[in-house]
This record gives sequence, C-alpha cells and structure tokens, in this order.
Amino acid sequence: MRSDRGQSAPLGLKIAAACGLLFLHLPILLIFVYAFTTEEKSFVWPPPGLTTQWFAVTWNRPDVWEALSLSVRVAAISTAIALVLGTLCAAAVSRTKFFGRETISLLVILPIALPGIITGIALRSAFALADIPFSFWTIVLGHATFCVVVVYNNAVARFRRTSGSMIEASMDLGADGFQTFRHIVLPNIATALLAGGMLAFALSFDEVIVTTFTAGQQQTVPIWMLEELIRPRQRPVTNVVAMVVVLVTLLPILFAYYLTRDGDQIAGSGK
Amino acid sequence: MSVDATMPRATAPAILPGSGGMRGALSDLFWRRPQLLLLLMLLPPVLWLGIVYIGSLFALLAQSFFSIDEFSGLINRELTLKTYGDLLQAANLDIILRTVTMAALVTLASAVVAFPIAYYAARYARGRWKALFYLGVMLPLWSSYLVKIYAWKLILAKEGILTWLFGKLYLQWLLDAWLSLPVVGGNSLSVSFTGTFIVFVYVWLPFMILPVQAALERVPGNLVEASSDLGASPGQTFRNVLFPLALPGIVAGSIFTFSLTLGDYIIPQIIGTSRLFIGQAVYSQQGTAGNIPLAAAFTVVPIVIMGFYLWGAKRMGAFDAL
Repeated sequence: MRSDRGQSAPLGLKIAAACGLLFLHLPILLIFVYAFTTEEKSFVWPPPGLTTQWFAVTWNRPDVWEALSLSVRVAAISTAIALVLGTLCAAAVSRTKFFGRETISLLVILPIALPGIITGIALRSAFALADIPFSFWTIVLGHATFCVVVVYNNAVARFRRTSGSMIEASMDLGADGFQTFRHIVLPNIATALLAGGMLAFALSFDEVIVTTFTAGQQQTVPIWMLEELIRPRQRPVTNVVAMVVVLVTLLPILFAYYLTRDGDQIAGSGK
Repeated sequence: MSVDATMPRATAPAILPGSGGMRGALSDLFWRRPQLLLLLMLLPPVLWLGIVYIGSLFALLAQSFFSIDEFSGLINRELTLKTYGDLLQAANLDIILRTVTMAALVTLASAVVAFPIAYYAARYARGRWKALFYLGVMLPLWSSYLVKIYAWKLILAKEGILTWLFGKLYLQWLLDAWLSLPVVGGNSLSVSFTGTFIVFVYVWLPFMILPVQAALERVPGNLVEASSDLGASPGQTFRNVLFPLALPGIVAGSIFTFSLTLGDYIIPQIIGTSRLFIGQAVYSQQGTAGNIPLAAAFTVVPIVIMGFYLWGAKRMGAFDAL
C-alpha cells in the first residue's frame, strides 16, 4: 500500500476540526458586531440597529483613557524588566551546565504554572506583611514576575538554535566579550527577544487576576472591564473597549508569530 | 549589559594583546572565571524570583498556620492547625469538591474537543493550512481573557444569540428542558453551571490543543498505516496506536486546564451560580471577610493537588510533550 501522506482527511475529522476552530473564533467575532449595536440596556440578538456613535462616546470618556495609559505604562516597564531577567536566565541555562539548572527553569515557570490567584494573594500578603502600600510599582512587581517566563522561553529556544561556533569564531578573530555580544549574540537573538517582549507586553496588558490583588484604587484596562462586567454602567462603551482590546492584542501576536515562524515555534507555548 | 556572559570562551587568542582598559579587563576576567560570569548572570533573575515570588509564597504559607480571633477579627500570630481544621467544615469541603469536579470535567471536555483539531493540524494540514491552524489556535489563546468571558456573557444571556438560535431551530423546548434540570440548570445559561463549564472549556481549550498537537506531530505516519495494514479498523488504530502515543500530550495539556480551572475566580463570578469555587472562596476570605489565614489555607489546596498532579504527569512523561 502506498503512503497516504497526500491523502485527504476523513470527513468526520474535517468537520470536527472545523467545528472546533469555529467554536474558538465565533465568540470573538461576535464582539465586533456588538460594538456597533444601538441597544443600550441588554445583550439582545440580533442587534436592533447599527451605529458608530459609541466610538465617539468612548473616545470622550476620561476613565477609559486613564486605564489605557496605566496599562500601557505597566506593560512597558514590566516587559523591560522581564526582557533583562529572562535573557540573563536563558543565557545562563542554555550555555552552561551547572548544579541546580533544573531548579532555575522550574523557578521561572512556577509563577505561570501555579494558578494566578496564588501568585496574586501571595504578593498581596507579602505587601501587607512588609507594609508596602499599593502603587504603580506593586502592579509592575507582579506583572514582571510572570512575564519573565515568555521571554525566557523564546530566548532559550533561540539560544539552542544559535551555533556556539560563531561565538568561538568571533573570539578567535580577536573580538572581546562585549564586542562578541554586540555583534554576534545580539543580532542572533534579537528577533526572539522582540517576539518574547511583545508576548510579555500582551500578557501584562491582559492580566487581571494578579492585578486585582496588587493594585489599589488604580484601574488598568482589564480591571476597568471587570468592574463593568460586575457592575455595568454603560454597556455599549464596554462593547467598544472590548473590540479595541481584541485589536490591540491581535497585532503583537501576529507580529511575534511572523518573527519566530521559521523553526522555533515556541512563541506562545504555555502562556 | 552583562549578558555577555552567555558565551563560552574558545581557545584564547595567544597572539593578540589584551584590549586594555576597564572593558578589556572585565572581558578578560569573565573569560578566566566563567563561574563568575554565570553567577553575575543568574543573580538578578534568581534574586527577583526568589525574593518577590518564593518569598511571597512562603509568607502566604506561613499565614495559613495563623488563626483569626473570632471575636475581635484580629489575626493571632501563633502557629496553629486550627485554620486547616476550619477548611474541613462541610461548606468548605463542598467548595473544594465542586471545584475539583469542574476542573476534571473541563479537562475531559477540552481533550475531546482538542483532539480532532490537533490531529488534523499535525497530520493533514500542510504549508499555508498549517500556519493557519497554528494562528487559529494562537489568536484565541492570546486574545484578552476578559473579552472572551464578555463574549460568552453576550452569547449565553437570556436575550442573547444562543436563545435566538434555539428559537430559530424550533429547539426552544430543548434549552428549557436542560435549564430545568437540577444542578446544571438555572434561570438562563449565563447563571448556570452549564454556562460556567462552557466558558471554562472555551478559555482553556488552546492550552490543550498545543501540547496534544506537539505529541501527535511526533507520531510517524507509517505507524498508523502499519496498523491499518495489519487489519485494524480506524477505531482500533485510535485506541491502540494513536491514543497511547498522544497521551503524554493530553496529560501535559491537562496540567494547564486543570490548574487554571482550580485557581480561576473570575469566570464563575461572572458566568455561573452563586455557589462558590475555590478561587472565589479565597478572594472573599481575604477581601470582605478579612480572614487571611483561611484564604491562605484555601490556596494550599490547589498547590497540593497540583503537586500530586505534576508528580503523576512527570511519571507519564508529560513534560517531554510540553
């Protein structure tokens, strides 16, 4: 019997896979429809009419802008911290063998492997014990901790693919350690770091569980949305914000995928 | 940046003179003492994670051995097991049992829904389709968690699209019959356990697809062919060849679906009944009730469960599939 590599899939499998993908995507597409609905009080389907007025209303809401600005600042600083810590860790783990190497990997993965609520309440109780008041920096502290892992994953994968002989060649040709880093290592890992950084940004921008424990009165975008979900004030505004959030997180993911697509498909594995 | 330390030094250039200055001296020092480099590289991340994360975890664990004074509401900082005793009250055991059952059901359902997608992507999708499948799983995985829950609030609402769809298909009676069932039913899907269950499956599904797909990618196509050549029906091939080989991937995915369901408190709060899950219990104990010791003791439950789970998963070789 010939190999069936080129053979097409059984019909049942095709249908099951297609239904699965539809199940994953239709709910998100629905958000786009609801952003234009004229209905204010309920989630009625089909929408009684379509309008773009809610975009203008959302644009003029200062609380939305404040939340957005806070989210972007938190995500930017957490990503910067995660980039430094994640790259250092990945470099150490992938290039050398030392005692406790496995423990280090576990340490990096732990904040994301344990449920977010544990990370959140652990940080909160530590802040309480140490008398640290909630601030911008307590949010960053929490976010950076779990963002390290995505940078680490991307960087480790790239370090594994980068040939050590290039570094040796650079040293043989007389470059010192810093020159080799600047001209050989950095260009090699740059796209992986960019991808990891963007995923870290998206992760931080979207994080809600840990943030509820480490933010005081301040609202990031997810906290704002959570408030609206529990105590709705103006549903159409929430619809518009939800749509914008989908679009904003979509772009970094697509770009990160584009950067890492050949070879190390690690970009998002294990959020 | 001291990331410089990443590089293992090759043979030292014997001819060239040192580059001199601070920079040269540092570079030479790192070359001569690779251990120092390693230490410098590891120090920042280990200090950060060690102090911020592990430190906080221990602070939390320590608090679970404190107790709360029932009259004054103050926390008594003497070590005691009283809080763990409180954990064993019927109401709290109920919460734990409910959460674990939900986590197990969600894991099973995710595996069933994920398998065809993963199998198709691993075995049949090629080239452009492969990329499309990959993105098709990645995008929902990374889109906003709250937006996904919000989308389901829209879908499951009494006046929402699902009720409309059932009406159009003349299946309203089916929906009503389901909602009138005890336990899984409720006023509308958005305030029932069925709703909670669907949303959990939806939100964690990509975490199951990816490792299962990774495991299936490693199954050589000719194994499946050999199985059918030897006369096995597709069902037998699935049971005896594919499923055992995909199992490490399923177990790896189940780590995520199980752990994430155990700790989540937002989904059951927004879509579900008023009966609590572990996450909600933790949240309300530390917030409104101010009973940090009991909240801490509650968080120990998922940690212990996941500890055993990870231990079992490791024995099944699930970590190679991650």
